[in-house]
Amino acid sequence: MRLGRRQVVMACWLGWIQPAAADWALNLPAPKSDIAARIYDIHTLILLVCLGIFVVVFGAMFYALFKHRKSVGHEAHHFHEHTTVEVIWTVIPLLILVGMAWPATRAVLDQKDTTNPDLTIKVTGYQWKWEYDYLQDGVKFISASSTPADQIANKVAKGAHYLLEVDEPMVVPVGKKVRILLTSHDVIHAWWVSELGVKQDAIPGFIRDTWFRANEIGTYRGQCAELCGRGHAFMPIVVEVKSEADYQTWLAAKQAGKQAKAVAAVAAVSKTYSAEELKASGEKIYAANCAACHQADGKGLPGVFPALAGSKVANGPAAAHIDRVLHGKDGTAMSAFQDQLDDADLAAVITWERTAWGNKGSPVQPADVKAQRK
Amino acid sequence: MEATLAPSLPDEHHAAPTGLWRWLTTTNHKDIGTLYFWFAATMFLIGGLMAMLIRAELFQPGLQLVQPEVFNQLTTLHGLIMIFGVIMPAFTAFANWQVPLMIGAPDMAFPRMNNWSFWLLPVAGMFLVGSLFLPGGAVAGGWTMYPPLFMQGGISYDLTIFAIHIMGASSIMGSINIATTILNMRAPGMTLMKMPLFVWTWLITAFLLIAVMPVLAGAVTMLLADRNFGTHFFDAAGGGDPVMFQHVFWFFGHPEVYILILPAFGIISSVIPTFSRKPLFGYASMVYATASIAILSFLVWGHHMFTVGMPAAAQLYFMYATLLIAVPTGVKVFNWVATMWRGSLTFETAMLFAVAFVCLFTIGGFSGLVLAMVPVDIQLQDTYYVVAHFHYVLVTGALFSIYAGIYYWLPKWTGHMVNETWGRWHFWLSAISVNVLFFPMHFLGLAGMPRRIPDYALQFADFNRVASLGGFVFGASQILLLIVILKCIRGGVKAEARAWEGAEGLEWTVPSPAPYHTFVVPPEVK
Repeated sequence: MRLGRRQVVMACWLGWIQPAAADWALNLPAPKSDIAARIYDIHTLILLVCLGIFVVVFGAMFYALFKHRKSVGHEAHHFHEHTTVEVIWTVIPLLILVGMAWPATRAVLDQKDTTNPDLTIKVTGYQWKWEYDYLQDGVKFISASSTPADQIANKVAKGAHYLLEVDEPMVVPVGKKVRILLTSHDVIHAWWVSELGVKQDAIPGFIRDTWFRANEIGTYRGQCAELCGRGHAFMPIVVEVKSEADYQTWLAAKQAGKQAKAVAAVAAVSKTYSAEELKASGEKIYAANCAACHQADGKGLPGVFPALAGSKVANGPAAAHIDRVLHGKDGTAMSAFQDQLDDADLAAVITWERTAWGNKGSPVQPADVKAQRK
Repeated sequence: MEATLAPSLPDEHHAAPTGLWRWLTTTNHKDIGTLYFWFAATMFLIGGLMAMLIRAELFQPGLQLVQPEVFNQLTTLHGLIMIFGVIMPAFTAFANWQVPLMIGAPDMAFPRMNNWSFWLLPVAGMFLVGSLFLPGGAVAGGWTMYPPLFMQGGISYDLTIFAIHIMGASSIMGSINIATTILNMRAPGMTLMKMPLFVWTWLITAFLLIAVMPVLAGAVTMLLADRNFGTHFFDAAGGGDPVMFQHVFWFFGHPEVYILILPAFGIISSVIPTFSRKPLFGYASMVYATASIAILSFLVWGHHMFTVGMPAAAQLYFMYATLLIAVPTGVKVFNWVATMWRGSLTFETAMLFAVAFVCLFTIGGFSGLVLAMVPVDIQLQDTYYVVAHFHYVLVTGALFSIYAGIYYWLPKWTGHMVNETWGRWHFWLSAISVNVLFFPMHFLGLAGMPRRIPDYALQFADFNRVASLGGFVFGASQILLLIVILKCIRGGVKAEARAWEGAEGLEWTVPSPAPYHTFVVPPEVK
C-alpha cells in the first residue's frame, strides 16, 4: 500500500508508524523498555479517544457554524435545558475516563515497584553534572557534558549529539532490572531518559528511587528535566546499554582504573609539584568544573557568580581558599568539591585560581589540601 | 421606571477632578476598570516582548542573543508578568466595568478600597520589571520559585517576594470587593440564579482568590525567612523539606489556574448566546459545573509534581481526582455547542474569538487529560508538551476570552462600534499564528525537549524554528488590537444602548457609552 505524505504524517502522529528521521519527530521516541512501551500505548490510546471526542463535538459545532447561521436564513430555536441530554453528557465522559484510568493504574503500580533489582546505582545531581555510584561494585564517577563551549557559542560546527553527549556515560547491562537511587547535592534536578520511560526528581536531603530494564543494547540520551540554574540545558544523561559480558569487561576496567588512580593519588599527596605543573593541569580542571559559573576569564557574572580575578579569597591566605573549595559555601551555588576531586586535582585548580588573571596568591600543594579535609 | 424622588447625583456635589488627579483618586468602577485594562495592556507589552526575545533565542540551536542566566530571568518574569500582571488584572478590569452594570448596582461595594487595590498593582509591577536592573538581574528560578534554587539569588529575589505580597493584597481586596458587591448590591428581583453567568464565575473566582492568595503569601514568606532569617522550612540540612514548598505552592497554584479560566468561561457564556440569538443551553448546569470545578481545584494539586517521588497511592488519587475535572469542563463545552446548535449565528469578531476559544481551549483540555495520566506525565513532565498545554489554556483560552470580551463590550465602554474589518484581521492572524506557535510544542515535548532551556539538541531545531516564526507573527498581530481599541475610542459608528441584536442583560439597558454613573436608582428585574 502506498501512502501519501499526509497520511504518513497523520499515521506518525497517531503513533502507528515510527518516523525514520529524528527531525520533525511527532511522537514519543521508540520505547526501549517495557514501561516505556506501555506509556507509549497509553498515550496513543488517550490521543485516539481525544481525537474521537474532538471529531464528534466539533463536527457538531462546525455543522452548526455553517448550517445555522443567520446569513443562510436560519432562525433561532429558543430551546434550553434538557435533563436527559445533560445527564448523558455527564455520564458518558465519566465512563470514558474510567476506561482510560484502568491501564494507567496498572502501569503506575508497576512503575513504582522497585523491588528485587539486579543492580542498584546511586545517582547524585550536581550543578551541572551527574555522579553515578555503583553501590555493589565500588565504582563511582562523575558524568558531565562534553559538548565544547565553542559549539555552544556558534564558533564551530555543532556535532551530531550536540548537548546530549557526556565525558563518561552510565553503563548498564541489557535485560537487567536497574534500580536508581536519586538524590542531589545542591538544588532539585530530574533524571530523565525518555526511551527507557524513566524520570525522577533528584531532591537534596532525600533519596528517591525508580527503576528501568532496557530491552535493547544501545546508547540512550536524556537531559535534566528540572530547572536547576544557569547550566540546566547543559547537564545531559547518556546511558550505554551493553551485553552482560561487555558490561563485566567495562566494570573490571573501571575497578582497575580506580585502584590505579587511588595509588597515584596517595603518591601525589607526598609529592611536591612546581607551580607550572599545577597550573597546567589546574587550567583544564578549572574549565571542566568552575568555568560554568566563574567564567573562563575568572570575572564571574556580576551579582550572580563572584569574580575570582582580583578576589580577596584568591589573593589571601591559602587555607581560606582551600576551605571554600573543599566545603563550598552554604546558601549559594558554590558546592563542596571534596568528594568530587582528589587532592592533586584540587591543589592544581586552586593554584590556577590563585595565580591566573593577575592574581597574586601562593601555590597550593596536595598535602595542604589533604590536611584540611573534614 | 421613574423615580418619584430625584436622587442627588454624586456629580452634583462637587466638580469631578480632571487629568492625572482624576485617575489617581477615582473611586468610580468604570474608571478603575479602565485603569486595570491599561495596566494589563502595558504589562502584556512587556511580557510579550520578553516572549519575543525567548522565541528569538530559541530560533536556532546555540546561544545567540542572551546568556543562559538572562534567559532564565526572561522565562521567569514572562510567567509572573503574564499571570499576575496581565490575565488577572484584565479579568478584574472586566469585573469592575461589568459586574455593577450586569447586576444593576451603582458602583462597587467599597469604592475607596477599589482604588487602593488598583494602585498597588503598578508598584508591584515596577518592582518585578525593575528587578531586571538590579545587580545579578531578576529572579531566574522559574515562576514556581522552587527552593533550593530560589535560595541562590540576590536582592531581586527578595524584591520579587515583596511584589508578590503586594499583588496578593491587591487581589484579596479586589476579590472581597467583588464578592461583597455581588452578594449585597444586586438589583431587586435579581436572585442568585438569575445572575448573568459572568457574574457567577467571578463570584466563585473571588472566593477562590480569597482562599488561596494567603497560601501563596505563606509560601513566599517561608522562602523569605529561609533566605534571610536563618529558618529551614525547605532546607533538608536543617530538618526542612524542599518538596513541602511544592505542595504548598501548588495548593495555591492549581486553584490559581481556575482563577485564570473561570471568568473566561463567564465571558464566553455571555458572547455565544448573543451571537447565536438563543439563551444559554443549560444555565443551571453551567453554574453547578463552575462550582464543581472550583471545589475540585483544591483537591488535585499533586498532579503538578508526579515526578517528586510520591507514593503510588498518592499518584493514583491525584490522577483520579484530576480526571474528574474533565466531567464539569466537558459539560461546559457541550453547553456552548448546544447553545450554538440551531441558533441564528453571526460572526462578529467577538464571536470569532469565542468560537476559537471553545475549540482551542478544548485542545488544551485534551492535553491536560494526557498529562493527568501518571505514566504519560512521567515522560512529559517539565517538557515542551507542558508548555504547549498551558499556553493553549492560557493564551487561546484565557487571553482569547479577554479578546472576545473586549470586542463584545467595547461599544458599551466607548459608545462606538468596533471596526470589524480590522478586528477580523486581528482574529485570523492571531488564530492561525498562535497555532503555528504552540502546536509544534506538543511534538517537541513528546520528542524529548525539556522546558526552560536556552539551547537545545539539533533534532529539535525544525519545530523550534516553526514555533518562533509563529510567535513573531502572533506578537506583531497584537498591535492590530491596540489599533482597533484606539480607533474605537476615537470614533466610529455610534453604538446603540443594545449594541448587539441578540444581547440580553442589564448592561444593554443603559446608553452607550455607559454614563459615568449608572443605576443610581436600582432597576427592577422580573
